[in-house]
Amino acid sequence: MRDPITMDTVRKIARLSHLYEGDGSAPGHGRLDDLASELNSIMGWIEQLNEVDVESVAPMTSTVDMDAPLRRDDITDGGRRDVVLANAPKAEGGFYVVPRSVK
Amino acid sequence: MTDLTQLTLEAALEGMAAGDFTSGEITEAHIRACERGRDLNAFITATFEQALEQAKASDARRASVKESGGEAGKLEGAPLGVKDLFCTEGIKTTAASRILGNFTPPYESTVTANMKAEGMIMLGKLNMDEFAMGSSSETSAYGSVVNPWKKHNRLVPGGSSGGSAAAVAADMCLGATATDTGGSIRQPAGFTGTVGIKPTYGRCSRWGIIAFASSLDQAGAIAKTVKDSAILLDSMAGYDPKDSTSLNVDNGNWVDACETSVKGLRIGIPKEYTVDAMPTEIQSLWDQGIEWMKDAGVGIVPVSLPHTKYALPAYYIIAPAEASSNLARYDGMRYGARVEGENLIDTYERTRAYGFGAEVQRRIMIGTYVLSAGYYDAYYLHAQKVRTRISEDFRNAWEVCDALLTPTCPGAPFEIGRQLNDPVTMYLNDIFTVTASLAGLPGISVPAGLDQDGLPLGLQIIGRALDEDTVFACAGALEQAADFTAKPEKWWL
Amino acid sequence: MFTAERVADAKDLIRSDTGDWEVVIGMEVHAQVVSQSKLFSGAATGFGAEPNSQVSLIDAGMPGMLPVVNEVCVEQAVRTGLGLNARINPVSRFDRKHYFYVDLPQGYQISQYEHPIVGEGEISIEPEGGQVIVVGIERLHLEQDAGKSIHDLSPDETYVDLNRSGVALMEIVSKPDLRSPGEASAYMEKLRAILRALGTCDGDMEKGNLRADVNVSVRRPGGELGTRCEIKNVNSMRFIRQAVNHEARRQISIIEAGGIVGQETRLFDANRGETRSMRSKEEAHDYRYFPDPDLLPLKLEQSFVDKIRAGLPELPDARKARFIRDYGIRAYDADVLTVDRGVGDYFEVLAKGRDAKIAANWMIGDLFGALNRAGLDFSDSPVSAGALGALLDRIADNTISGKIAKTVFDKMFRSGGTADEIIGREGLKQVTDTAAIEKLVDDAIAAHPQQAQNVKNNPKILGFFVGQVMKASQGKANPQAVNRVLRDRLEL
Repeated sequence: MRDPITMDTVRKIARLSHLYEGDGSAPGHGRLDDLASELNSIMGWIEQLNEVDVESVAPMTSTVDMDAPLRRDDITDGGRRDVVLANAPKAEGGFYVVPRSVK
Repeated sequence: MTDLTQLTLEAALEGMAAGDFTSGEITEAHIRACERGRDLNAFITATFEQALEQAKASDARRASVKESGGEAGKLEGAPLGVKDLFCTEGIKTTAASRILGNFTPPYESTVTANMKAEGMIMLGKLNMDEFAMGSSSETSAYGSVVNPWKKHNRLVPGGSSGGSAAAVAADMCLGATATDTGGSIRQPAGFTGTVGIKPTYGRCSRWGIIAFASSLDQAGAIAKTVKDSAILLDSMAGYDPKDSTSLNVDNGNWVDACETSVKGLRIGIPKEYTVDAMPTEIQSLWDQGIEWMKDAGVGIVPVSLPHTKYALPAYYIIAPAEASSNLARYDGMRYGARVEGENLIDTYERTRAYGFGAEVQRRIMIGTYVLSAGYYDAYYLHAQKVRTRISEDFRNAWEVCDALLTPTCPGAPFEIGRQLNDPVTMYLNDIFTVTASLAGLPGISVPAGLDQDGLPLGLQIIGRALDEDTVFACAGALEQAADFTAKPEKWWL
Repeated sequence: MFTAERVADAKDLIRSDTGDWEVVIGMEVHAQVVSQSKLFSGAATGFGAEPNSQVSLIDAGMPGMLPVVNEVCVEQAVRTGLGLNARINPVSRFDRKHYFYVDLPQGYQISQYEHPIVGEGEISIEPEGGQVIVVGIERLHLEQDAGKSIHDLSPDETYVDLNRSGVALMEIVSKPDLRSPGEASAYMEKLRAILRALGTCDGDMEKGNLRADVNVSVRRPGGELGTRCEIKNVNSMRFIRQAVNHEARRQISIIEAGGIVGQETRLFDANRGETRSMRSKEEAHDYRYFPDPDLLPLKLEQSFVDKIRAGLPELPDARKARFIRDYGIRAYDADVLTVDRGVGDYFEVLAKGRDAKIAANWMIGDLFGALNRAGLDFSDSPVSAGALGALLDRIADNTISGKIAKTVFDKMFRSGGTADEIIGREGLKQVTDTAAIEKLVDDAIAAHPQQAQNVKNNPKILGFFVGQVMKASQGKANPQAVNRVLRDRLEL
């Protein structure tokens, strides 16, 4: 049987997906512990999958039974910086400007 | 003059071809309907002015084509709605999420570009569940969509393509684009008395459609009739080299297929689709559907799809896993909303915590969890193997039948707010639709009857991969037999 | 397969009061693929363009954008795999590797995790003064590069340029088969030579087109492996040696002080010549790899691989063997001359119809020396193979002496011109006219009668007279002729 999802796990997952706010709340959920119990009920429901015998079954990653199509090595894009930057919250001198990523 | 909004897409195209009315006229009529239907909250962004301009251009185009003896586009002059998951050049596209802010794509999705090339008039961008995650169109950052069908209280139109379904059901547009990941076209069609077609995965290009779960997402249409849905799909589908999973195959002759005889076909009835707590009227509608199909000359074959009950839990691993990955790009750096924090990480967290609604966050959390170290094999890999089993079930069924007949949903439309805080109950809405999504098969929902409260119920046809011809033929037969003519009372006027 | 059995050469062991230590090194090299457009988009890959001018909507991670694989990038990876004598996997797959960073627009990097395009291979290296060592290749996979973050344009913001975002990289992972700083840099040199010969990566380390992450651990010779540390982005051969050296000693001193080496990622500080701990971008790394659902499995037909194999150029090892066999030059010289395709091509032009050993000496001694002093790359050499060849021809036909030739070469290198122009202009033609030499010899004997007397008893004095005559001729007299006339006059 699966171990229940602990608060530590919820916190770790929230951090990995950058959904966590420093004050311990996840908007729309109130406190993170509410989220933990929700996730536990969902994962508990999902648990029934363990009944399925998947011995020697290959995982299905796509419904399309094809190989990756390859494209020619031609330059067909680029050279439109204004379009690329048009929706940026902040841009300057042709760069995206974002909060400092190193100290 | 007749009310142009009452026409089917087919009749509207014929009327314009015959010169009975112009695109300008029918577009205006629909814009009026949209304006009067604001309470349904079906649109996120209305583009009425552009629509009128497009209609004018369309009328000119039709005239010049007629002069030169050419053929008009498949959708020439038809006012339609577009789900707000399709990127539209120069028109705000939100996925019904706050995180996209005022995102205005500098590009047009392949599907809507195809439709524009065929003469579509776009009335606006339709409301939906945020990032297409939901079965009720209540998770939208722009408020719930309201089902035109009503009891004493307001009902959900299903989801995620609830805006598309509501707009078509309320005669606000002649048809609409939609997308389906686990049932998001068929379930809202079932809830609104409309037709919803999800084609084989790979028929419609995903390029320019905001991704939810890439291995499942497939565009399709919601329409008033089976034939209308075929006309729409025919203008949407086609090979696109920009999508690596796009199938390089020709469209079938779908419009004609709707009227093809089904005599001699074998229809499978999967026994696992009888579920606990399913209202008896759904069971009896299904039984009625079986009788109709028999009358149309098909052979009825009982089949077994033993892994059906595992489809939904498998879906709730696979779809959130892919979603958690696809939604990683919404970080407030290059487009969309940004909520400034004390540092970079804080900005990421505030932006995403603000930008995503509760259901989206829930699914990102599940997806991140099932992909994380130590859980991948137990959850994600296992679910993908179950998916193989589900696909095998269908393959076995195709040995003995040509298509399947099932109910579309396990229940009738429910009240707004009733299931919102009960995720698992909400997820169960997709129990009959999710199997075809996992296997990438075409499926259609056809309105077939009303429940005791006068609310619409749908039946579903599922076909072999790439066999939309058979799906449309069966749907056409079902539609003819059901003769579903009920319309919601226009209480919102 | 684990292949850390080999024990370092005795000379490469690190001596310490507590006994000898051995360093174990594995390399992860990122090589930018030579292609016109990016791995999954049609934007250009060129270096040095205006910021964000080579960015497609795919590279910017726009909603709904989808990747499509570039055929040439696949070919280049296969070509490289063949050049590394590696197994080409008929089916490979692209996976997503997740982490948040400002220059990673999708929130994930498309890479190949479980099923790389190229499997195990090997290359042999010959470190200076050592034996030939076979180094195992673990795998080669294709992946996208990230964009570039610029931190010095604003004190509290980062500027992001996505031109590099999506450019194809090959990550080439070696087995832990290297045992000294010299072996590590020799491996990198050899790998670069192969990539350049294949034309799959330009090998430009300064531009970051070839970057190494070096995994270093220490152990007692032949003993159990120690904990390894990964040193990121070491961008020159010299830095590789410095980084390994420093890191090995750092680890040894920790262990000898009774501590435990922690597995971590470290950064090489080129200014200080040392490695230091990288502050982790986030506390937890969990990349959550899974197959990219936007991309289907990459399947390679045997005919596709065979066609690439048939078109492979001559690789450094084969060329080296041919140089030794056909030109009769020393193994060391052959090695030096085959590190770079351009160098080898130069040599072949120079050696054609000439004494190959002399040609090799001139290239390695004079040309490389001059380039080095001038700080020029080989490809920027001001003296072409044809020009240097013409100079060697003038030595061969006795127009000038070898010594004068050095002067001519210096002038050619500095200010251009052909050998004949410089010899003519500067009057450097060798004097072979016997009468003129006889006059110089007679003058020298007359000027130094005492030495002429003593020469019979002390033959070394002959050298004095040769020097005097050469000096009087400003070096232009043919030394052999001078010698002959002197012996004749002095009756030796």
